[in-house]
Amino acid sequence: MAGRAAIVGVGQTYHRSKRPDVNQIEMINEAVRAALEDAQLTPKEIDCVLFGNMEQAEGSYLMDCWATEGTGAYLKEGCKVHTGGTTGASVAEAAAHHAASGLFDTVLAVTYEKQDETPAGMGPLALVQDYLWAIHTGAFGWFARMGRKYMLETGCQEEHAAITRLKSDRCACKNPHAHLRLNLTMQDVLNSRMLLYPLRLLYMCPTTAGACALVFASEERAPKITKKPVWVKDWETVHYEMVGYEAYFTSRMTSMETAANRIYHRNGITNVRRDIQCAEIYEPSTWSELQFSEWFHFCEKGEAWRMAEKGVSDLEGEFPINPSGGVVCTNPIGCTAMVRVAEAALQIRGDAGEHQVTRDVKRAVATGFGGSFWTEMLLLQRSWD
Amino acid sequence: MNQRVAIVGVAQTRYQSSRDDARVFELTFEVVERLLDETGLSIWKDINAVVSSGDDYVDGKGISNDQITEVVGAQYRAEHKVAADGAFAVRYALLQVLSGHHDAVMVTAHCKESMIDQNLINNLAFDPLYQRYLGFDLVSAAALQAQRYMHKYGITPEQCAKVVVKSLKNAKNNPYAQVAQDITIEEVLRSPLLADPIRTLDCKPVSDGACALILASEQKAKRITDKPVWIKGIGSCYDAFYLGDRDLADCDSLVVAAQRAYKMAGINNPRNEIDVAEISGEFSYQELLWYEGLGLCGRGEGGKLIDQGVTKMGGELPVNPSGGLLSGCPHHVAGVARVAEVALQMRGEAGARQVPGAKTGLAHGITGPCGQLQCVIILGS
Repeated sequence: MAGRAAIVGVGQTYHRSKRPDVNQIEMINEAVRAALEDAQLTPKEIDCVLFGNMEQAEGSYLMDCWATEGTGAYLKEGCKVHTGGTTGASVAEAAAHHAASGLFDTVLAVTYEKQDETPAGMGPLALVQDYLWAIHTGAFGWFARMGRKYMLETGCQEEHAAITRLKSDRCACKNPHAHLRLNLTMQDVLNSRMLLYPLRLLYMCPTTAGACALVFASEERAPKITKKPVWVKDWETVHYEMVGYEAYFTSRMTSMETAANRIYHRNGITNVRRDIQCAEIYEPSTWSELQFSEWFHFCEKGEAWRMAEKGVSDLEGEFPINPSGGVVCTNPIGCTAMVRVAEAALQIRGDAGEHQVTRDVKRAVATGFGGSFWTEMLLLQRSWD
Repeated sequence: MNQRVAIVGVAQTRYQSSRDDARVFELTFEVVERLLDETGLSIWKDINAVVSSGDDYVDGKGISNDQITEVVGAQYRAEHKVAADGAFAVRYALLQVLSGHHDAVMVTAHCKESMIDQNLINNLAFDPLYQRYLGFDLVSAAALQAQRYMHKYGITPEQCAKVVVKSLKNAKNNPYAQVAQDITIEEVLRSPLLADPIRTLDCKPVSDGACALILASEQKAKRITDKPVWIKGIGSCYDAFYLGDRDLADCDSLVVAAQRAYKMAGINNPRNEIDVAEISGEFSYQELLWYEGLGLCGRGEGGKLIDQGVTKMGGELPVNPSGGLLSGCPHHVAGVARVAEVALQMRGEAGARQVPGAKTGLAHGITGPCGQLQCVIILGS
């Protein structure tokens, strides 16, 4: 029988484009302290520390070893897990495995990215593609192309992307931890610089410095730590061949569909918007939020832009998507997917503050999206059953 | 442990100074294919997930595990990369089975050290504010540790050289070894000096290769093989990052990791209860220091242990019958290969390097300068 694990502590830094006031270790430590305070635990009560970031982003090798200064891993168990953009979700999954294994009562999962110390933000991403065969376009190329394809196939117009971007901004403005909190108008969005048609600057995720930490606990220990444990009911990782050629040439992202289908099937989720009350998805661009929503079956194919138009995905809507403001407002890469898990957990606890959604969230999904069009999905619940 | 988990199959490439005939995924494919052939398992039906060990820096590529997605059968499935020594990949795979989410997990590790300038990369492991500009790399950091260790406990260069002689001699029995020869203590001591007291032959050579193994739940393991090798205990531990914050002569994190593993395995006297050990010494002195951390002898007695021949083949507790890292085994692969070698010993399938009657074995992996992060795994037949 599968073991059970719960999230019992959530902490993150205030995400900003630059953090010249702290070094990497100090910034990591801010998130760790916040998570421990949230769980009301001392560092001594942590059994194991798992760590992740986008490996080459800060130019430091074996970053977990240096980070022991900030994570408190000294004389504790642990290691580093890295899977690119999905890292934050991978580390959360690893922590869930650890807490469910019966060997550990408490596990601290820590991820960060300090992109103001990255010599060239796109450098590591350019290195992702196959060095013999691939044509380098970087992330802009991928997402612009996917956005254009979406417009052509569904009839979505740019104003729908703009509506979605404004929704993200409204949410981010209510989330004190979010990076871009801009109070945008429709005009601001439609006038923002075009990077590569139809991808405008405001439709693309920013480069962010920030850290996130989660405390996981075993089934036995979790209820003793908090009255509001968030159970990690199920998770699924779906990898896919290098650089996701499929996404270039077809309008499907089968890794997302596969992950969602498996999670929904195993957990008896038949009507997604009824059975799940909120989603925090890794949307690297505003166009992606629309497309990914369809691939995760939050709506029918080609319907996501209509859903956005009707306000279904708003904070007060029937099915809130990214009430935190999402990735387009905050993107500390290796940490971004963990922020999704953290924010989903806060929604379930009812502790999201101003950006708490109107709907009562008993169950939420959080997803990660990685360099080679990989998907990770975690299903979080207020009660196990 | 709430349930028993076993190693049901292992495969290694031969370790070579350069495998310029193969890319990383081709190396991985070699071991995955052999593993599936030998166990008769279907990668689709029998394996649930994959844990790999690798690193973007060492592979020279962002998100480096995307190279192996197809060859490890991770198309539409889970593969997670542990960016640490392979022993930690084995550890994570074990936890994936213990959590009850998977009943068979494949572990792979690959590395082509010949592609990279290791000293340059290892320099990036030191903090960018104070230490990196001093020119530190793993060799110069190890030299500090060796100096401190030899000074504190009176360990001699000859005793360190004996480790090299033993390793390369043992390697003659290992068909996967890269360097295998009879050399003398004098030859080791005459080899070029890299960073006092570490000489060329005191270091593991540049090596390319891959290793893979499969872990399975008790129920599944018994269906797959009549010789499952059980994981009896496991422990890992981080030491402090700044070298100056540690007494480099006393490997505190190894002591803690070993005690965790021994406690889980019910081992009270490791020297008596362990029949064979495969440990990760990247430098000759480390093997002596790790003896002490593992509690195979008292503090400062590592030199005496090798002098007495306790750890040679035919000794009371043979260490590294395979020849260990000094006979050639790349980073990341090292830890998985240590586990694989001990598994072969437990199955009695280690050929000429078999320790007769070995029933309990120890595998050990390290990550970081001077062994900051340590992992100890106890296996039993």
